[in-house]
Amino acid sequence: MNFEISKDPIDIQSVIDKVVQREAGAITTFIGTVRELTHGKKTLYLIYEAYESMAVKKLEQIGTEIKERWNGAEVAITHRTGKLDITDVAVVIAVSTPHRADAYEANRYAIERIKEIVPIWKKEHWEDGEEWIGNQLETVAYPKGKPEEKDLHE
Amino acid sequence: MNKIMFFAHLRDRVGEESLTKDVSGKTISELKQMLEENYGLKLDSVMAAVNEEFASDDEVIQAGDTIAFIPPVSGG
Repeated sequence: MNFEISKDPIDIQSVIDKVVQREAGAITTFIGTVRELTHGKKTLYLIYEAYESMAVKKLEQIGTEIKERWNGAEVAITHRTGKLDITDVAVVIAVSTPHRADAYEANRYAIERIKEIVPIWKKEHWEDGEEWIGNQLETVAYPKGKPEEKDLHE
Repeated sequence: MNKIMFFAHLRDRVGEESLTKDVSGKTISELKQMLEENYGLKLDSVMAAVNEEFASDDEVIQAGDTIAFIPPVSGG
């Protein structure tokens, strides 16, 4: 199970361990964490919600896309759901490849694709309110309001 | 019958995680229009998924399909 949605805190090392392979010369790990300030506004905590069964499928699709683009890549992704406090880990992406440049590029690709096609939403809670985030500020999910045809199937 | 699922702000607005309704034979865009009228939702920037795969507005819903409305995502 290289692609998971987890209600419990993510064990970072266990995600990394899934991509260990003898052919690899590099493993890159991306750890997405909950930031306190967004454009000067203070977040108290976040709630992440997922359409879990579809989210797992879309994470698997990202893994397949990476293997097609970067030869010899192995990928593992775990995304948290539920209530997360500031500094908590929201997502961990591990990619191993034979050469380091590919591991960096493929890992970046994975997080950008998560923000496009994986059905996960965050609700930000501030001192003066709360709001589901999507399509605003730096969290624009789809530049044109929805995934473009090429985003869905590439 | 069909299961119609809502997430994020759509769920708050509808007040339910899902509805069970027979909407087979309708297109996604016809269903969107019906939900906009009945629940005051705004669905023009919302994607639909049929059986966990993104679907276009002209896709025709079949009996037993699960339809989910996917607001712009904000994971990561």
